[in-house]
Amino acid sequence: MPVPDFEPVIGLEVHAQLLTRTKIFCGCSTRFGAPPNTQVCMVCLGLPGALPALNRAAVEMAIKAGKAFGCRIAERSVWARKNYFYPDLPKGYQISQYELPICSGGAVPVPGLGSIPLERIHLEEDAGKNVHTATGSEVDLNRSGVPLIEIVGKPALRSAEGASEYLKSLRLCLIYLGINDGNLEEGSFRCDANVSVRRKGESKLGTRVELKNINSFRFVRQAIDFEIARQVELIESGGKVVQETRLFDNEKGVTRSMRSKEEANDYRYFPDPDLPPLRVSKEWMEGISTPKLPHEIADALAAAGVSQADARSIVSDPRLVEVHRKVGGDPKRAALFVVGELGRAVNEKEADLSALKFDPALVQEVWKLQDAGAISSTAAREVLAELIRTGEAPQKIVERKGLAQVSDQGALEAVVDAVIARNPAEVEKYRGGKVNLLGFFVGQAMKDLKGKGNPGALNALFKKKLGP
Amino acid sequence: MKADLLPLSLVSEALASGTVPADALLEAFLARIRALDGRLHAFLRLTENEAWAAAKASVQRRANGKALGPLDGVPIALKDIFCMEGVETCCGSRILRGYHPPYDATVVRKLRQAGAVIVGKTNMDEFAMGSSTENSAFGPTANPWDLTRSPGGSSGGSAAAVAARLVPGAFGTDTGGSIRQPAALVGCVGLKPTYGRVSRFGVIAFASSLDQVGPFAQDVKGVAHLLGAVAGHDPNDQTSSERPVPDYASALDKGVRGLRIGVPPEYFGEGLAPEVEKAVRAGIESLRAQGCEVRETPLPNSPHAIATYYIVATAEASSNLARYDGVRYGHRAKASQLLEMYEKTRAEGFGAEVKRRIMLGTYALSAGYYDAYYLRAQKVRALIRRDFDQAFASVDAVISPTSPTTAFRLGEKMDDPLAMYLNDVYTVPVNLAGLPGISLPCGFDSKGLPIGLQLIGRPFDEETLLRIARAAEPAEQRLPPILEGR
Repeated sequence: MPVPDFEPVIGLEVHAQLLTRTKIFCGCSTRFGAPPNTQVCMVCLGLPGALPALNRAAVEMAIKAGKAFGCRIAERSVWARKNYFYPDLPKGYQISQYELPICSGGAVPVPGLGSIPLERIHLEEDAGKNVHTATGSEVDLNRSGVPLIEIVGKPALRSAEGASEYLKSLRLCLIYLGINDGNLEEGSFRCDANVSVRRKGESKLGTRVELKNINSFRFVRQAIDFEIARQVELIESGGKVVQETRLFDNEKGVTRSMRSKEEANDYRYFPDPDLPPLRVSKEWMEGISTPKLPHEIADALAAAGVSQADARSIVSDPRLVEVHRKVGGDPKRAALFVVGELGRAVNEKEADLSALKFDPALVQEVWKLQDAGAISSTAAREVLAELIRTGEAPQKIVERKGLAQVSDQGALEAVVDAVIARNPAEVEKYRGGKVNLLGFFVGQAMKDLKGKGNPGALNALFKKKLGP
Repeated sequence: MKADLLPLSLVSEALASGTVPADALLEAFLARIRALDGRLHAFLRLTENEAWAAAKASVQRRANGKALGPLDGVPIALKDIFCMEGVETCCGSRILRGYHPPYDATVVRKLRQAGAVIVGKTNMDEFAMGSSTENSAFGPTANPWDLTRSPGGSSGGSAAAVAARLVPGAFGTDTGGSIRQPAALVGCVGLKPTYGRVSRFGVIAFASSLDQVGPFAQDVKGVAHLLGAVAGHDPNDQTSSERPVPDYASALDKGVRGLRIGVPPEYFGEGLAPEVEKAVRAGIESLRAQGCEVRETPLPNSPHAIATYYIVATAEASSNLARYDGVRYGHRAKASQLLEMYEKTRAEGFGAEVKRRIMLGTYALSAGYYDAYYLRAQKVRALIRRDFDQAFASVDAVISPTSPTTAFRLGEKMDDPLAMYLNDVYTVPVNLAGLPGISLPCGFDSKGLPIGLQLIGRPFDEETLLRIARAAEPAEQRLPPILEGR
């Protein structure tokens, strides 16, 4: 939303659940959707006497993110307790990192926006969930202790659209890293936004408002746009923005004050005495590999001749990148297949990217048939569609569906001769200069051949026989 | 002497030699508990069923020639701070009344594996906050030497139980002196191991960076047996050390010739009762006579220890005790709103001292005060630790009184928290520095009350500490009057 005279300043904080098998400080499963309070133990229930024991897999995933975004990985970081009372927080504090996080600095690549700098990435544990029913409130602690990284971006974004693009790119990167499933609906990827506005040219930041409960890309845009407009209106009518936390109401599309700065919790952070500082040795860090990020893969595809648009479509889902790789051969042609035939099949629910029925390497066999003239390009598309649906060998599909193309010179010549003999008037006109009648002859021959004639060969034959 | 009056190491020998079977031994101790504990109130509850099963299993093992070690068949009491599956564990607090943990503390598990017979849970100051056991929500414990006096605290129940021979051994926890001070006040041996030597998993937390589990017995060798059974790394407690556990009992009798003992002048100043000083100095002389080299060792920052401790410990406690909110377990007050429920639950569930410390700790961590209190306290803590590091460059152990006075009267200090805090003036620096410390009897005052001396050792050098303690412990054991029918 363009706002003349004002510049919005936006910074996002993303909480991403890590895809570890077990929780960050105990051995309980992290599986989503289990019956309430079935994945809990003394540690994640915060029972008296229980102590946390760190899951190294969570640390490795945080390091992975840090390396991928070019952060500094701290050799020594410190666990801190964030103290506040809430029924879904069993210990009365959350184990997090405060003064010394595991990753600092770095940037997230956002196509079209360049790099958006990060403040830090730190590790922490998730809280449980309060469930409100007609008869009262209940607490489900299955989520308590699920590992999170909080990715804190610098206030470098200047529009709701940009914020949404940043989030999309960040989400995709985490999926590529294999550390988060990117599921906004189930809450495994959550976003808070800090929004302020200032007059253009002003270098001082305005008073910021923290927006919570924005759990879709659309809501991110709506919430931020609403908030920008609200703040600008407030300032222009002589008012002042107050520092507060506001909740986004996605039904009404508005933000509402949740608590003011004065009502804000004093979290009384201090180093957690139950956990020694987290040491990350050089060897440990170097042993953790990071796969290529989507923008790097897109660049490589474009360099190999794939169109920018197709490259972007492919990297939007790492499974498509995988199919593209497995198809092999000419990257551009493979891209056309992935974006074209496969994309269409997925849209029409004829294919499921998580459970493909075919071996992508077979696509090349279809191309070979097409290039050898054994099938027409139209037939090739049909074979590919059938291949995606059934996984059957291309040659079998061609046979079963009778899609083979007649390229045999003798057979074609007989048909060509018959067509010429049948249409003396047209032959005369052609020879008299109406060369665009060639299409008519080829069409007639195709009809005789029930569409299976090799059009190129037919063209050449007619030209030769009718030629001057 | 009857087996049930012997110090732990001799009880252990009696069991090993077959002089007394474990079930008969258990019956003797249970009989004494029944006879005396009505007046002492050392126990909060007995675990007789478990104890009988354990004693019988021990008898069976001995019959099969498969005894587990020095603790096999030895009755043991546990401070009510250790979680035991299915056994009510209250930590001396009303807020945990009716709470039955679903799991065992690592220490409990290890004791069972060593064949120990756990007879019950002992009284304590609520959440281990106190030096007299009077802060228990379930009434105070009496000192076996004078029932009108306190046994010290917070592990007063365990100390009194050992002193009155209700059990030969017991475990407590020590955050600022809660094992050593009661050991001194009831005349038994109490050891606080190095921070990280014993797992804290399943031990209800007071101040996590200071809490440490340790044993009581009448003799140093008994304490060595108890420590050996529970020491060692625990993957469930990441602050526990991976250092190997030596055989503590085997090195006890090497003598002390050539060992250097440091005497810190700061621990012999104002507030120290002359009779206590005299007895401790006599203990020092006895070590010198056995070949120890004694020298003065300054610990200049120790006088700041109490102030430092009451910031660090209360800060951690304010966070550790946040979980008692009435949502999941323990006491829950009736209320219609969440905040009201929290407030009433905690107002009703916690006692005055616990509330005082939660408020102190919350304040010390608050925005705007953190640097002046918590952060500064951590810096002073580092200085206190550095003093000890420097001392240990030239001595093998430091010696001091354990407590400035002998046992005080019940009720005497309840209205004066600061006077109560000063009980721990010599023990608190040891927790702040994370070092091992042991208190052992070194005589009696003119009222016939026991006096304790403290030895402080290098980190993880409990072996040397126990060796010196062994040389300093009295040759004869005097029985408290309650055992002589007085």
